[in-house]
Amino acid sequence: MMKTGFKFRNIIIYSALIIASAVFLAPIVIILINSVKGNFYISDAPFSLPDKDTFVGLQNFIKGFTQSDFMRSFAVSAFITVFSVTGIVISTSMTAWYIVRVRNRFTKIIYYLFVFSMIVPFQMVMYTVTYYAFELHLNNPIGIVFIYLGFGSGLSVFMFSGFIKSIPTEIEEAAVVDGCSPIKTFFLVIFPILKPTAITVAILNAMWIWNDYLLPYLVLGSGSDKTLPVAVQMALTGGYGNKDMGALMAMLVLAILPIIIFYLFCQKYIIKGVVAGAVKG
Amino acid sequence: MHKMLKKYFPVFALPALSAFLVSFVIPFITGVYLSFTEFRVVNNSEWVGLKNYIKIFTTDKTFIDSLWLTVKFTFVSVITINIIAFTLAMLLTKGLRGTNFFRTVLFMPNLIGGIVLGHIWSLIINGILGFFGVDITYNPDYGFWGLVILMNWQLIGYMMIIYIAGIQNIPAYLNEAAAIDGASPMQTLFHVTIPMVMPSVTICSFLTLTNAFKLFDQNLALNGKAPETSLLALDIYKTFYDHTGLKLAQWHGIGQAKAVLFFLIVALIAFIQLRATRQKEVEQ
Repeated sequence: MMKTGFKFRNIIIYSALIIASAVFLAPIVIILINSVKGNFYISDAPFSLPDKDTFVGLQNFIKGFTQSDFMRSFAVSAFITVFSVTGIVISTSMTAWYIVRVRNRFTKIIYYLFVFSMIVPFQMVMYTVTYYAFELHLNNPIGIVFIYLGFGSGLSVFMFSGFIKSIPTEIEEAAVVDGCSPIKTFFLVIFPILKPTAITVAILNAMWIWNDYLLPYLVLGSGSDKTLPVAVQMALTGGYGNKDMGALMAMLVLAILPIIIFYLFCQKYIIKGVVAGAVKG
Repeated sequence: MHKMLKKYFPVFALPALSAFLVSFVIPFITGVYLSFTEFRVVNNSEWVGLKNYIKIFTTDKTFIDSLWLTVKFTFVSVITINIIAFTLAMLLTKGLRGTNFFRTVLFMPNLIGGIVLGHIWSLIINGILGFFGVDITYNPDYGFWGLVILMNWQLIGYMMIIYIAGIQNIPAYLNEAAAIDGASPMQTLFHVTIPMVMPSVTICSFLTLTNAFKLFDQNLALNGKAPETSLLALDIYKTFYDHTGLKLAQWHGIGQAKAVLFFLIVALIAFIQLRATRQKEVEQ
């Protein structure tokens, strides 16, 4: 008697979870279905499955690739994300170590400035940072890496500092006694200890920079150096006359696909990182 | 060691610090200054005192409208997201098989960027409304609820993960004690589980609150063509970039003043959050 009650409860829970998952997956599935349908059928019957009349195979994907300069935007986004994240992880972990170990009024002020920057919304500096980016000739994919280093440093320094405070100084002092310079001590002794935090910092920054729209739009514009989110926004809002819905659907699929593949492979780290970031931030 | 390290300032602190100065500290200070001026470009400004701030509440009424809309949107989102996320977290901590699969699927939307996310929902919502011959710009309510649905879709999985961690941290003996005392599942929920996950409730509420309050990309992609459904961040953006002509300097000044007010509101929320979490820590 008890046992059947138990099973009944499980059926209800599973049904609820299956319905929730279906609702959560539906938007992605709808986009996927429409990306292999002919142009006309997308706007006419957006929720029907493709059949032999409406199925166009990979035609939309070929158009999405060629028309919107997709590959170039993808490469620009990848370049900016990889170099910004690498730069942020290395330089902010060094800064955090310096701030925590050299304790004086100056480093204290710097620390609080970094923490303060975390609560300032982008719109506050949107106009001025764009101006300085142009003045200092940072309005190119290499220059924007430097700007991302500045914007990413608040949260990253904060997270590294929190962890470094828990590392006993004896370890570093032993390295110094053995004749290590601060640079050697940092890279050979401290940085390996920081690895879990470094992974968290890398994931949080990578997700933000890869998906960021406004900063690259204002600084790099919508020309040949546009990032992927800018390319998507341009393709779906700009242009005259009839939009090629098929190519647009394919483009959305292509924009989501790399993230989902990345997620399925590094799921454990991503979920851990996002939770750690949430609790600390 | 620490004296030695001090000399290494240019190597350790300077790279991040110089980038931080250029992209945050200097633009921030300039931004505060410019909110008291009228300017066509940053280096050509004219001091006008508090005029921009007064204009926000007299000449240009869009700020008040979008502030009210943002407050409504944030309120609805915080409640719906947290209730649904908590419910799902409860279902996923019953020790059933396949939990991991559901967790993976429900968290996935959180990784998709705001612009792409907004366009996905724009196509779906307009597809549904298309059966009735209208689109999302037809009625501001459509835009509002579209945003609420989108926000739920994006953030529920994220909050659910935090709630799962909170529920799993409840010591097993508390549930056992409640069971021995003959507590019903409802009593256990309200007298054991919910009080024990209050720290997670605080974190999730403030996370949804700030995320909803600062929403921009999704708003631009979903409601970019409907001015009545601009939240604060988008309203500031439009004040800056949607105006041309002779009064441009004036609009830039107003935009920057709005940005300062927006910053002050967000800072106030962050301050309240800090107090709330500190207080909780003391109580425990």
